[in-house]
Amino acid sequence: MEKLIAGKNIQVNEEGYMTDFSQWDKAIGEELAKENNIDLTPKHWELIQYIQNEFKAESPLTIRKIGKSGVVDIKEFYALFPVGPLKTATKIAGIPKPAGCI
Amino acid sequence: MKQLLILGAGTAGTMMANHLHQKLDKKEWKISIVDERKEHHYQPGYLFLPFDIYTPEQIVKQIKDFIPSDVDLITEQISKIDGKTSVVKLANGKDLAYDLLIIATGSKIAPEETEGMLGNEWQKSVFDFYTFEGALALRNKLRNWEGGNLVIHITEMPIKCPVAPLEFAFLADAFFKDKQMRDKVNITYVTPLSGAFTKPKSTAALEHLLAEKNISIESDFAIAEIDNEAKKIVDYGGKEVSFDLLVTVPTNKGDALMERSGLGDDLNFVPTNKETLQSKDFANIFVIGDATNVPASKAGSVAHFEAEILTENILHFIKGEALSASFDGHANCFIETGEGKALLIDFNYTHEPVDGVFPFAGVGPMQLLKESRMNHWGKLAFRWIYWNMLLKGISIPFVTANMKTAGKNF
Repeated sequence: MEKLIAGKNIQVNEEGYMTDFSQWDKAIGEELAKENNIDLTPKHWELIQYIQNEFKAESPLTIRKIGKSGVVDIKEFYALFPVGPLKTATKIAGIPKPAGCI
Repeated sequence: MKQLLILGAGTAGTMMANHLHQKLDKKEWKISIVDERKEHHYQPGYLFLPFDIYTPEQIVKQIKDFIPSDVDLITEQISKIDGKTSVVKLANGKDLAYDLLIIATGSKIAPEETEGMLGNEWQKSVFDFYTFEGALALRNKLRNWEGGNLVIHITEMPIKCPVAPLEFAFLADAFFKDKQMRDKVNITYVTPLSGAFTKPKSTAALEHLLAEKNISIESDFAIAEIDNEAKKIVDYGGKEVSFDLLVTVPTNKGDALMERSGLGDDLNFVPTNKETLQSKDFANIFVIGDATNVPASKAGSVAHFEAEILTENILHFIKGEALSASFDGHANCFIETGEGKALLIDFNYTHEPVDGVFPFAGVGPMQLLKESRMNHWGKLAFRWIYWNMLLKGISIPFVTANMKTAGKNF
């Protein structure tokens, strides 16, 4: 489905995750953050960059991995994104929700 | 003579030894398999041990009884894999050179990864059932436990047999009903996932069953620590769940050998091509079963299907051909739901578990994603199939390595 974000028509799934990462830009990130009640600080941006790089490298994301990213530890990750941190952070970063791998 | 070396004589390694000894030219290839243990455990049995459904004797046999006699079984600890020189170093100082290596070292629990898990309450009120010792200690605890808050908990994904903790919850419900003490036990299922399972249709079916059995669910729980004094688990977001008896599935990791050899990811699982099962680092190393990082379930059925694909690809590799056999992520799992019933799920990388019938479209006799007695008999029969067919590399009739879509309602 399509959703109007920051003045652009963006492809998203039924949970609001972007399905085409190439459509993402910083303005979209800002607006998605607002929807999730988060004010983006430089630390948030640094982590979003890390998450996007991991996604591009096809490396699966977990909370453990974020804790070892060198950007934040897990406690700081929760402080940045208090509710469902990995789900919220990936949504703002414009990448699919991590599968949790069965 | 060329050397084919298999590391690990669990489910996957034993199956590969049996497949390859039938397929490789004995004049050209010598097959060896290394494992430090002497016993082979039927790991699905760990689920039944705590409830006195299986006895220890039913789930433990000798490794040597399942390895073909012309395969060299080496009972020794492995120190290191040197992928660059194609040599495996053993703890006794011996070096094993290989032409082709199969890593089948599985996954293990790592309770030390969670703060407080190995505290004072470990095996007093905090238990695992992913080891023989843990399942046995839990059995002894449950025999005399008088009730309270039973918390069943998953630390983080991925875990071996991702449905096992759910089955544990269902079997616990039935166990306490049978003991006429269900009213004295609150059962809570705590998971880092957003629901009972990761795929939407099975999550809906399983959450319905949890509700029906009066088991509450606490989702999105990322554990920070176990507070041994206050007997509660605490998550990074500040949520807390109190327990009288905690049955946890600790973090699962690949063998520490991968860390020593520089072959693993951050959880010691080996980066593996999810279709060909070739290691991403070395062309003459293949990986199978729980040891891989492929996005499939860590389960015996997966190892079984992978073994058929990997055997084909190893034969291709030896002939210098392209690795044309492709694993689709197929998993086939019975889920015990208690009181003589079970569900069956069948899925792969791209198709989530759905309802329908299995293995014959329109016939069954197994029901997918629905409770039935037939499915429970299937699960119990599986122990016999495991010891007598699966480990020996005999195909299960009508169950194909790649998933079939016929008979399923997508």
